[in-house]
Amino acid sequence: MTTAPPSPTPPRADIPPRKLYRSAEGRMLGGVARGLAGHLGAPVSWVRIVFLALLLAQGMGAVLYAVFWFVVPLGVGGVEAPRPAPAETLPDGRRRLFARKPDRGQVVALLALVIGAAIFVDNLHLGRANAYIWPLLLVGAGVALVWRQADNARRAHWMEVSRRKRVLPLARGAAGVALAGIGVTGIVVLQGSAEHLGTVLQASLAVLVGIALLAGPSLVRMTQDLSAERTMRIRAQERAEVAAHVHDSVLHTLTLIQRNAEDPREVARLARAQERELRAWLYRPEGRGKDEAEEPTTLAEAVKATAAEVEDHHGVPIEVVVVGDCPLDERLAAQMQAAREAMVNAAKYGGEGGAVQVYAEVEGRTVFLSVRDRGPGFDLDAVPDDRMGVRESIIGRMQRNGGTARLRSVPGGGTEVELEMERAAA
Amino acid sequence: MTTEETTERHVRVVLVDDHRMFRTGVQAEIGATDRTGVEVVGEAADVDQAVTVITATRPEVVLLDVHLPGGGGVEVLRRCAPLMADPEHPVRFLALSVSDAAEDVIGVIRGGARGYVTKTITGTDLVDAVFRVKDGDAVFSPRLAGFVLDAFASTDAPPVDEDLDRLTQREREVLRLIARGYAYKEIAKQLFISVKTVESHVSAVLRKLQLSNRHELTRWATARRLV
Repeated sequence: MTTAPPSPTPPRADIPPRKLYRSAEGRMLGGVARGLAGHLGAPVSWVRIVFLALLLAQGMGAVLYAVFWFVVPLGVGGVEAPRPAPAETLPDGRRRLFARKPDRGQVVALLALVIGAAIFVDNLHLGRANAYIWPLLLVGAGVALVWRQADNARRAHWMEVSRRKRVLPLARGAAGVALAGIGVTGIVVLQGSAEHLGTVLQASLAVLVGIALLAGPSLVRMTQDLSAERTMRIRAQERAEVAAHVHDSVLHTLTLIQRNAEDPREVARLARAQERELRAWLYRPEGRGKDEAEEPTTLAEAVKATAAEVEDHHGVPIEVVVVGDCPLDERLAAQMQAAREAMVNAAKYGGEGGAVQVYAEVEGRTVFLSVRDRGPGFDLDAVPDDRMGVRESIIGRMQRNGGTARLRSVPGGGTEVELEMERAAA
Repeated sequence: MTTEETTERHVRVVLVDDHRMFRTGVQAEIGATDRTGVEVVGEAADVDQAVTVITATRPEVVLLDVHLPGGGGVEVLRRCAPLMADPEHPVRFLALSVSDAAEDVIGVIRGGARGYVTKTITGTDLVDAVFRVKDGDAVFSPRLAGFVLDAFASTDAPPVDEDLDRLTQREREVLRLIARGYAYKEIAKQLFISVKTVESHVSAVLRKLQLSNRHELTRWATARRLV
């Protein structure tokens, strides 16, 4: 039937084989009927009628329903075409109010159920046992309440909507227990052993305490073991992630270092790159993934990324300190390019004197950036005019974008480039 | 940097680090007493050991790793607080860590360490830092200076204690130059003040950092998810 194109139910063609779930949506009791309806592709009302009819047949329906409820897990699926929200047909003012009330169908169904149950009870001719029906029903209602509670808990678990009041579930649980208790008491009273109630209660209490004493410790240990096991598993997972990372990059780098042992520059470069990467990975802010290919959007990120690039390319360590942060704009991007040029120069000509120091600070609207090396230094006036690096790429670029660049160079005492830029008006 | 003061310099140091290889390396680099003036009188690999060794040897300076089994450097600082407060022979701590995460840095400084340097520091600079700490001075690495500037950045929130919650203009300038990688001598030259004045500014910043219960600092830490 899935292959026939003119079939009246074409949208179902590519639905994977359904698993039977109790429906969490629009259910009345346990969601069995709805789930079944969805599973069989039949209208819900039919399934419910069948259940009712079976109920009249010696209570088969109830037993069947209970078995389904017990065995079949709760799920979201199983509902064909969710019924239109009743509030939609109403004027806006009453929408919310109405949506929270049980809808009419549910009420009718519930009534039908009660009537059916009454007829069923009436039909029973159990003689003396007849008296036990009501207590049993009470117990059943209590059990049903508590069971639905469990359903709700599970639903909340996988839908993560459990932020509602905590009182309601508690009250429901208590009501369920009370109902069941009343039912059981009713049975005891009916049995005519009410006068032995005290002794019976004592005896049962003794049994309960005994069981608790016997099984309690192992139960506690079991839950403890379970939670311990869970934390262990989480840790193991974490460790596996770290191991994977370390294996991937650090071991790899160490191998490369062993191969390039004669080339100290290359070794230093590899070690620095690895150190930086591992640092970024270890101390990355939470919620940031590994995707480092993304374009930096803030000044701090941009400075770090630029420094890392230059460092990798020239094998000179660059130490970056950033104070404050702000989003990148066009002017700052120009400043970043000037800074890159300065870093490249520092790495090329001043790298022998140790690490290059990069400092960036955002203060109000001003962004200050300094690049400093401890190399031999140079005399700007002695640089021939055809060397465009400093004049054009740094000073010229900053001026064109409305900033200033200052070069300070002490022969033998290193070079410092200071770049200052006002942020573009927001 | 020329640290070649031929006058008698001597400092007793305890190394606390859980990596034996690192201890050996530092020992080799700075432990040659006749050359550097640093005498390593003890080593420890975890918190308990550290407290025992420090109490027994009473060094002048402890090189303290931040990440240690048994509670970390902060725990050592906590348990050695009486030794730090000793007016006669105070034990001073210099944090030395591979980590430059803000939480580690600020944590040990607030715990009472007199300075913080990363393990990439060169041997001569480390010797220099040790002597500076021994003399009761503070040692700020560029990164630590950056963190402090960041944390004390002017905000609209009124300070709880004006003296502690604000850095003076001069202190900011000094810190900024440290963050840019300047040595004390260079800072002094740049600002036309004496090295001694630079030192007192840095010590003042350290004191503020350790004493202030500023909510700004807390907010700064919270914003970086350090608390």
